[in-house]
Amino acid sequence: MSDKLIKITRFVGLGFFEPVIRLSRGEESKKNTILILKKIVAPLASILLFLGVWQAGSQALYNIEADSRIEKAFNGQGQAAAAEMRICIESGDVSCQPNTLPSPAQVYGAFKTLLKDHKVINADKKRFKEKTAILNKQRTSEGKNPIVYTGRPSFVDQIITSIKTVFAGFLLAIFIAVPIGVVIGLSSTLRSSFNWLIQILKPVSPVVWLLLVFMVVKTLTKDSNTDSSFIISFVSVGLCAMWATVVNTAMGVSTVDKDFINVAKVLKLSAFQKVFKVILPSSLPLIFTGLRITFSVAWMVLIAIELLAQSPGLGSFVWEEFQNGANDSNSKIIVAMFVIGIIGFLLDRLMLIIQTFVSFSKNEGI
Amino acid sequence: MKSERILAQNGFAQSEIMLDLYDLKKVYPTPKGDYVVLEHLNLQVKKEEFITIIGHSGCGKTTMLSMIAGLNPISGGGISVLGNSIKGPGPDRGVIFQSPSLMPWMTALDNVMLGVNRVFSHATKKQKEDICKYYLHKVGLEGAFNKRAAELSQGMQQRVGIARAFAIKPKVLLLDEPFGMLDSLTRGELQDVLIEIWNKEKITAVMITHDVDEAIFLADRVVMMTSGPNAKIGDMLTIDFERPRTRKAVIEHDDYYKYRKYLIDFLEH
Repeated sequence: MSDKLIKITRFVGLGFFEPVIRLSRGEESKKNTILILKKIVAPLASILLFLGVWQAGSQALYNIEADSRIEKAFNGQGQAAAAEMRICIESGDVSCQPNTLPSPAQVYGAFKTLLKDHKVINADKKRFKEKTAILNKQRTSEGKNPIVYTGRPSFVDQIITSIKTVFAGFLLAIFIAVPIGVVIGLSSTLRSSFNWLIQILKPVSPVVWLLLVFMVVKTLTKDSNTDSSFIISFVSVGLCAMWATVVNTAMGVSTVDKDFINVAKVLKLSAFQKVFKVILPSSLPLIFTGLRITFSVAWMVLIAIELLAQSPGLGSFVWEEFQNGANDSNSKIIVAMFVIGIIGFLLDRLMLIIQTFVSFSKNEGI
Repeated sequence: MKSERILAQNGFAQSEIMLDLYDLKKVYPTPKGDYVVLEHLNLQVKKEEFITIIGHSGCGKTTMLSMIAGLNPISGGGISVLGNSIKGPGPDRGVIFQSPSLMPWMTALDNVMLGVNRVFSHATKKQKEDICKYYLHKVGLEGAFNKRAAELSQGMQQRVGIARAFAIKPKVLLLDEPFGMLDSLTRGELQDVLIEIWNKEKITAVMITHDVDEAIFLADRVVMMTSGPNAKIGDMLTIDFERPRTRKAVIEHDDYYKYRKYLIDFLEH
């Protein structure tokens, strides 16, 4: 039973819990204690160290900022104003807080505020829905558009929008990149004729892709009045991120084991069967390596693209908070930073799980 | 005609010949001029004959076999099966490769099915499956139909390779040192599997080997190739043991050591 548990934890990338499980069953206590120290205690210590450095750093920056404020008041308005400023800063009053790197505690506070905010907005939405339910039914029966909630999205809503965008972009990348990679991989003529294009387009910055997509999408959606910002952002994300998959797929397809190709030749498999039964399965591991890179690139560029495209999501959240300049804006930006990092890590884990599932060389299943 | 002259030399009647290599030549162009691997190579193989080819490494045995399989273009002369010259690879010539070359992501059954689907495309699914299962059974893999190739040992994988080659019912079977990568115990087992299934099917077979004992045990005729470049047939030795053979009977036969000495003498000079 717990062997299965160990397998599952390993499979989802939580292998560091293995010694805990083993120790709880009384297996090799010395070895497992060392493993726990190494795999759990040491990382925890490094997290504490990180928080310590952060705290000290933000404290130092706070002091520099506070001192400069007091000095400014002293130079401008004299002794009394400086003392007043000092009292104001020490009292923690919002109006005169130094604006700098927030401390871990402040960031945690901002995180809680954001969650609370989400609850409030959620409740608001629910109330709105209940209120308009009857009216909307009536409107739809009359053939009019229902009234929708147009209030401010909460932080969690932004996260969900970002994840939706990244998945849409990723799917687009799969549908474009894998077929192109396969075709290019199969024919060395095509490979050498399109290589220049790939090599030139690959390093193009996300910003330029966004502008390019904007030019095209703007013209294509001229007649419709739907919001094209979502289309623009996911298409740009897909185009930016797909190159790793193109290159990896082409490489996987062009380097299929010669023995497999010989077998296909001897058995005179049709072109279709050759591609789908021999070439694609054997290049799957490399294709997946490409997809994993694509996915992490997609998540990375998404934030920048949302920021520029003004489409809702974490990127515009960060940008709005920066523009906003409220007292806790800096803390909220740092919260967003961690959320982006953690979600990126989880998405990569997800891809890794799928990869181990489909690749044939590893033992499959639990 | 040239080929008729050679036929006369060998004393085989036209109707008896399954595989005919006439004046075969293989040249690899190199920056320093052409490198001739094989030249003036003539070999006829009768229907239902099993021949083994021995020779030093690098003498062009594998090149010759892959030319027969159609995987390697011919530089001169020709190859014909039942009088028809070959054009590229085809299922009339089954190949058992040196490495098992199974698709590791497929089950044993699917690997055999890959070729069967192609050759017996009009048969029902059940019929095709029965063919695959019959041959997998013959090579001793009853319990492993649905095991993935990657999970099988090297010896088991080569058993699947044998089943795959026989299941498409080729006219000629080409074996490129199929047991070269196996340990001697497994090699013995697989020789028995191969000869047992061959006794039933009697498919004309051409097998490359390094192993003199294997060459004698399996073959009706052992073909010795000279060392390259310009390799050709150096000598031939007809093995007159009765079939079906058992390893014990072959080793205890009076002529066995005579044959063995003859082959080793050839290889050492």
